[in-house]
Amino acid sequence: MIIEETDVLIVGAGPAGLANAIELKRRGIPRVVVVDREPEAGGMPRLCHHTGFGLPDLHRLLSGPAYARRYVRMARRQGVEIRTSTTITGWDSEKGLTFTAPDGMGVITARAILLATGVRERPRSARLVPGTRPHGVLTTGALQRFVHERHLPVGTHAVIVGAEEVSLSALMTLRSAGVKVVAMITHLPQHQIYFPYSIARWMYMNVLSSTPLYTSTRIRRILGLRRVQGVEVEHLESGQRRVLPCDTVVFTGDWIPENEVARSGELVMDPGTKGPQVDGEFRTSRPGVFAAGNLLRGAETASNSALEGRRAAQAMIRFLEGETWPDHRLPLISHPPLRWVAPNSFSSRDLEFPPERLSFWADEFVDRGVLQVRQGSRVLYERAFRHLRPNKVLRLSSRWLPEVAPSGPPIEILVRG
Amino acid sequence: MPDIYDVAIIGAGVVGSAIARELAQYHLSVVLLEANPDVGMGTTKANTAIWHTGFDAKNGTLEAKLLRRSYALMEKFIPEAGIPVERLGGLLVAWTEEQKHILPSLQERAFKNGVTDVRLLSPEEVYRLEPNLRPGAQGGLFVPGESILCPFTLPLAFATQAVINGVELRLNFPVRHVDVLPDGSKRVESPAGAVRSRFLVNAAGLYSDEIDHMLGHRDFTVTPRRGELIVFDKFARRLIDHIILPVPTPRTKGVLISPTVYGNVLLGPTAEDLDDKTNTATSEQGLRMLLEKGKAILPALLDEEVTATYAGLRAATEHADYQIRLHKEQKYVCVGGIRSTGVSAAMGIAEYVRDLLADAGLELRPKAVFQPVSMPYIGAVKARPYQRPDLIARNPDYGRIVCHCEKVTLGEILDAIHSPIPARTLDGLRRRTRAMQGRCQGFNCRAHIVEILARETGQDPKFLLALDDRERTTFAHPEKSK
Repeated sequence: MIIEETDVLIVGAGPAGLANAIELKRRGIPRVVVVDREPEAGGMPRLCHHTGFGLPDLHRLLSGPAYARRYVRMARRQGVEIRTSTTITGWDSEKGLTFTAPDGMGVITARAILLATGVRERPRSARLVPGTRPHGVLTTGALQRFVHERHLPVGTHAVIVGAEEVSLSALMTLRSAGVKVVAMITHLPQHQIYFPYSIARWMYMNVLSSTPLYTSTRIRRILGLRRVQGVEVEHLESGQRRVLPCDTVVFTGDWIPENEVARSGELVMDPGTKGPQVDGEFRTSRPGVFAAGNLLRGAETASNSALEGRRAAQAMIRFLEGETWPDHRLPLISHPPLRWVAPNSFSSRDLEFPPERLSFWADEFVDRGVLQVRQGSRVLYERAFRHLRPNKVLRLSSRWLPEVAPSGPPIEILVRG
Repeated sequence: MPDIYDVAIIGAGVVGSAIARELAQYHLSVVLLEANPDVGMGTTKANTAIWHTGFDAKNGTLEAKLLRRSYALMEKFIPEAGIPVERLGGLLVAWTEEQKHILPSLQERAFKNGVTDVRLLSPEEVYRLEPNLRPGAQGGLFVPGESILCPFTLPLAFATQAVINGVELRLNFPVRHVDVLPDGSKRVESPAGAVRSRFLVNAAGLYSDEIDHMLGHRDFTVTPRRGELIVFDKFARRLIDHIILPVPTPRTKGVLISPTVYGNVLLGPTAEDLDDKTNTATSEQGLRMLLEKGKAILPALLDEEVTATYAGLRAATEHADYQIRLHKEQKYVCVGGIRSTGVSAAMGIAEYVRDLLADAGLELRPKAVFQPVSMPYIGAVKARPYQRPDLIARNPDYGRIVCHCEKVTLGEILDAIHSPIPARTLDGLRRRTRAMQGRCQGFNCRAHIVEILARETGQDPKFLLALDDRERTTFAHPEKSK
């Protein structure tokens, strides 16, 4: 058994974890260790071989792999210790995590821990899509590994399930592998691809407009014995069914945080995000354990995750300097059609120094309504909107936070028609 | 390859493999023929993974007798071979007055079957055992001997022990004809070639009626009965600690909720008679029905993520009992209608079939040495390689985790690819190691594993991924259905 101690242990060498480590080192924390279960550091951007990364945090436009490499380089330069092929297997004591790596098993004890384990897409089975179980059913992440990491074949004709930003990423990956995209289907009445930058719109619009889009359509079942031979889809309004022949199906989006380490540490989890409950300063329910990045909710851009990791460093440093852990926190609950809100709890310090802004996520399109934040019967904030868009991180002002009654009931966020 | 074998066994499912293992203890030449590219690919691979005591089998049937005999044999074999098992006990929960009144008769049936440790429980006792059950249980019946095991490792252990003790295993050998030659020997033919044997055993599962027809018998018809199942995330495991069984009533047969030896929770099965022996697709109504029933038993289960869904086909016949028959004049034993208890009864069936063969004149001379078998451990109770510093120190590949969800190491994957019955397909690798069976279903590791399997076996990834030309479909015109 290898037994080690460090000041800060970060689980996950993606954008949030690495940005956090860099910031901690910059601010003088002597020993910062980042572990990652993958053989290579950098996280998910390594797999996204298209551009669109880095503007908000690195002030330049990069491809995913270049972005990941840049963070790894910056971390190494700052003296961050990065350990790859190292899997966290459980909690040892209050502040220790056990691991398995090729050079053995061990325990790392840290004064503070950051969980930044990221997010994955729900696979076909978790979405309960019936039918046979042939080869050729993938998620975007698996597809990107097939194409860019292992250079494996992915068929010739694909159907993409989902029409949001990550679906565009799947589309680009399939095209680069020479696969024809037969259809992109979404159960919603229109696609949910909102280009963050005009340059992106200019680049992708052409690709998108040449791909058949089936809206208000759901996948009914998968066909084929050894290999996918098609999918049966159903139009939700007319009930009309048809078979789309294809040999590959890519399920995109439908995020679920990689919450295994968090849950096995008995952290309080948020029912909306399925990630750990955190306050405005990334503190979980367990003293000394912070969480940032897409573990908190699926899914922000890499840059926003990195910025979050950077911000989390501030609270971590205050904790290392002796700040006490808040023992009381007020949950923030979202109601359908809203799926989650982040952060999802507030401690008293948050009421004094509110986080810059909150984010939330909707599951449906809503036209003309009012977004409301309330505590019991007290309305803290209201905002009328013309369109509420689903499957995208939306922003919410935090200026109402000082109005919150610290010992009052939970805060709720909802939509009024 | 001998010109003529003593015994040919058709079907390397759990039953055929157990028979092969049984015969491997004697001085015999035995060939085990399997249509699929791996052992245990039919009914064996998609079941509820329960090791039954046979407490509820119909009294006086061959099934009841062989289940009891098998239970005793398995108690010895399972620890020797290292099969993942958990002796949890089964808990039948009565939710209605009607079900409650059936419990005493089930207890009586268990006693008659020689399962003497079952006992009736009050509602309070039920909730003491399983506090997360929905309120409203009227009572229960506890069957301590019901256990869970790994339904992938077991048939593989039987087949492996058979192979290391001299049985020849021929995969990709779908039997098309059986001829009885003038000298009484059997010629078993497939597109991959033909073998001859003095004695023949038909353990072809779903196809056992068709093989039986080839020998001129029409004793039974197999109707595939589809059972759909849902596997929940490992975080659901903390919700229960016993096999929660339904109380069968004349009108309905409920579903069970059971932990798996891998640490998941299983919900199922449905029961639906089909006419297609290859239809292992799941259905929308089947999955929906399971979720409704699951919610009515263990409400918190539905808050957990679903890891996998699958369907299996049970070899049901028009008869209530097993269809095991010796046709002495043909030196042929038919082992049909094993329905849903094959995993639990296989060792008892094997011993019984051995005796039938002896009856028909097969000479049984025990070998001096019968090589033991020791299977890689893929359960959740004992230490797996990633938890064993001794193994990692010896070979760092046991510390190199490839499948993160199931914590499967490169060392285990290489072992499975180079085992006595090697994994040649992704499916075979998945069943031997658990790789790609976890909550992400290969989101992270599938591509890496395809690469490893292709490299280690020299197979084209296109073949492994079923993208070889043979299977190519045309994509010319999308057709409208319905």
